[in-house]
Amino acid sequence: MGSNSALLSKIATNDGHGENMAYFDGWKAYDRNPFHPTQNPDGVIQMGLAENQLSFDLIEQWIRKNPKASICTAEGVEEFKNVANFQDYHGFPDFRKAIANFMSKARGGRVTFDPDRVVMAGGATGANELVMFCLADPGDAFLVPSPYYPAFYRDLGWRTGVKIVPVDCDSSNNFQVTRAALEAAYEKARNNNINIKGLIITNPSNPLGTTLDRGTLTSLVKFINDKNIHLVSDEIYSGTVFSSPTFTSVSEVMQDVKNCNRDLIHIVYSLSKDMGVPGLRVGIVYSYNDAVVNCGRKMSSFGLVSSQSQHLLSAMLLDDEFVSNFLKTSSKRLARRHGVFTTGLKEVGIDCLKSNAGLYCWMDLRKLLKDQTFEAEMVLWRVIINEVKLNVSPGSSFRCVEPGWFRVCFANMDEHTVEVALKRIREFVGVQGNKKSNNADQVFVKSPNKKRSQNDLRLSFPATKRYEDVMSPHSPMPRSPLLRAN
Amino acid sequence: MGFTLSNQQQQLSKIATGNGHGENSPYFEGWKAFDSNPYHPTKNPHGVIQMGLAENQLSFDLIQEWVLNHPEASICTAEGAKEFKDIANFQDYHGLPEFRNAVANFMGNVRGNRVTFDPDRIVMSGGATGAHEMLAFCLADPGEAFLMPVPYYPAFDRDLRWRTGVQLLPVACESFNNFKITRAALEDAYEKAQKANIRVKGLLITNPSNPLGTVLDRETLKSLVTFINEKNIHLVCDEIYAATVFTQPSFISIAEILEEEEVECNRELIHIVYSLSKDMGFPGFRVGIVYSYNDAVVNCARKMSSFGLVSTQTQRLIASMLSDNEFVDRFIAESARRLKARHAKFTVGLEEEGTTCLKSSGGLFVWMDLHKHLKEPTFEAEMALWRIIIHEVKLNVSPGSSFHCPEPGWFRVCFANMDDQTMEVALERIRNFVLQDKEAAVVAMKKKKRCWQSSKNLSLSFNRRSRFDEVMMSPHSPIPQSPLVRAT
Repeated sequence: MGSNSALLSKIATNDGHGENMAYFDGWKAYDRNPFHPTQNPDGVIQMGLAENQLSFDLIEQWIRKNPKASICTAEGVEEFKNVANFQDYHGFPDFRKAIANFMSKARGGRVTFDPDRVVMAGGATGANELVMFCLADPGDAFLVPSPYYPAFYRDLGWRTGVKIVPVDCDSSNNFQVTRAALEAAYEKARNNNINIKGLIITNPSNPLGTTLDRGTLTSLVKFINDKNIHLVSDEIYSGTVFSSPTFTSVSEVMQDVKNCNRDLIHIVYSLSKDMGVPGLRVGIVYSYNDAVVNCGRKMSSFGLVSSQSQHLLSAMLLDDEFVSNFLKTSSKRLARRHGVFTTGLKEVGIDCLKSNAGLYCWMDLRKLLKDQTFEAEMVLWRVIINEVKLNVSPGSSFRCVEPGWFRVCFANMDEHTVEVALKRIREFVGVQGNKKSNNADQVFVKSPNKKRSQNDLRLSFPATKRYEDVMSPHSPMPRSPLLRAN
Repeated sequence: MGFTLSNQQQQLSKIATGNGHGENSPYFEGWKAFDSNPYHPTKNPHGVIQMGLAENQLSFDLIQEWVLNHPEASICTAEGAKEFKDIANFQDYHGLPEFRNAVANFMGNVRGNRVTFDPDRIVMSGGATGAHEMLAFCLADPGEAFLMPVPYYPAFDRDLRWRTGVQLLPVACESFNNFKITRAALEDAYEKAQKANIRVKGLLITNPSNPLGTVLDRETLKSLVTFINEKNIHLVCDEIYAATVFTQPSFISIAEILEEEEVECNRELIHIVYSLSKDMGFPGFRVGIVYSYNDAVVNCARKMSSFGLVSTQTQRLIASMLSDNEFVDRFIAESARRLKARHAKFTVGLEEEGTTCLKSSGGLFVWMDLHKHLKEPTFEAEMALWRIIIHEVKLNVSPGSSFHCPEPGWFRVCFANMDDQTMEVALERIRNFVLQDKEAAVVAMKKKKRCWQSSKNLSLSFNRRSRFDEVMMSPHSPIPQSPLVRAT
């Protein structure tokens, strides 16, 4: 293989896919030993997946009541041919209308969206990449406030050659991005001859779960307008807001900014989080820039939404009653789950960043660190995986500049599993508390009968060996962490 | 807004402001003509008939029947809805195991089970469009090139080049030997690249061919394998028309060549692109497949597939459908039979008026030879003829130049995207056009003789023209003729 690797492209042989990072060990631990309430109650609980599994019953109910939405039912099969044959990159007009409608409802109807600006992409993954291909050349850069979604590294930069310039945020002001921080990052980049083409924000934030207030959002729009750079607002968690403050979309503040150049504003959306359907690969680029809509549409050929899924979702999302009820109920359930989880954590002295959205919380474990370093964070993380048996995501994987923060997902499991997870955390913190009082230097327990190999998590195997070889007897297939939107 | 166009362009990438998408080409005129005046048997019987779309619409009834009999294949039926959650939540880029198994199984069936495919080498992509781009990203750096025998599918220019920066270099093929891909032509193209300091990373072939509809014979395939092996470059075989082969010579897949004993080849150089868009008629479902014999490519492509995975709703349906061997066998056989019948009707109908097509055994189109109708053997004449066919004969066909055909006068005409009645209408229009053209040629010849024989006084030009017009607009012909069309 060695000599032949020269036969592949640079893109194929570099690490731009981002999957060789150390923190993938958590996923491997889960794959080898996944939790099951009865079959494997001591297994690793998956808390690294930002999935919304709380409201599928509503969708299933709707589907059963609306057989015409499917091309496979007796009621709907007459549409099979037209749907299966339809590959127009504009997508079904009803689909675009449905998406525009849903996006508007998720923003409380405060703003409307033009169906003709809705462009399809292969999930939000494809949408983010597509936007970069439209806006930036290889070597250009985008400002990205940290902490940020790990797969941005791949989505924004792997095949596009676009660079990420992080704008670091920390807990001193609850990780808020400030105009000052942006200006500083922008200047620094320019001094290093890096061409900044835009700013990409995730609002609501992943991993923080917070939403940008109107004032901050407006200042961001002012900033990009002044610098004449693009603003990409990844709003894929817009429908997961479960408590105040309400979500403000960039689409709502554009009119507040004097002489706002709308050609600079673009929204990335998806149904993966709000509706919990990541498998259907519904990525959307919504741009206020005609040329980007035009170009983006042509590029969408590389990742269109299956017409079968477009057809289903058109009907579902044009059902106003269903949409309103779904958004309201989903939000309530997320609020409740968030409440149960954060209260449970608080009871053992663990705080989370105050958040009002998302499918996770940003847990503060700084006081459990041996010292305030990333090495200590990784050590703590390995303990959480191997001994507490929870796959959580360490802050460093989100390029957080402060060690000790962990993202913990809570919406991808049932209530019983949440209880088990909380119980384990309680026990772990209890043990830590005892240890700390006994020996200030020791932060974690190394059980003597655990095998050494369980602590040695860096699996390296020759590049020729396929990833498939790392198979757990329980999981039907190996999983790579990046294949899920985190 | 206060911004000039150039300002706006500066704000976008080079990719966005360039023409790499290929849609500004003149060929889109045909599409526009269809869009503004589409044929309908009752509502618009004089509209433009779409013959530029390589779609397979002949066998949907079989699929519909299967779908109705297998409600469990859908996550939206009463029988299948309980699976909705697990399926809709599943985004693993390996795909559903049953999907990969079913696709591998289907690919084997399509090749008469002469070869088997490993489900673990099946990688998803956004249609064949996404598959080609993905492979280009995996195999070549910007500036590097793929060799491509002409004529070839126009969108390859976009799929392989637009966002990747990879180049396409033509390999000359000519009609005198039925556009065969010769070793000499390959070597020639390769050397040209060397001289221009362009690094060739691979060769891309479409087999069965689009636009020719022909299949590669065993000897040619072997010679291609030998060539790429010697040069240590990749071979990408686009086999998306594999199940559209309806007669002899039958389809031979590159997968079969690899199994032959005397073929020595580094398998890591071989990759297949597949899709269900043509064989099954499902372009809307975006089921693109990359099948590589190279582990590193499988690995890398799988990671890239995140940018264009197949919807799990669709994966589920396809998995169920294509693992039904009895249905698959029946479908492949019946689809081929209907394509054969349609192809025969069409080509026989054309031959009756002396219009020939390249002899083909597969595909959803014919490669029609209209060079006799060119005013002169040039591409300008081809475009002129094409415009007549669109605007006056009212058929949207695709001119050979759009496929980078080196010889003018060829047209790709699709026949499987319409019902029998529409095909009859299309055939009739072509026959009339050919007939009119012949008559016009005869008249023109006679007129030419008369002109030479008569006075050279050019003031007669007016009379000449009016006589010409009289002749051209015969009350019997349903289609007006452009005076520019002459049979040479």
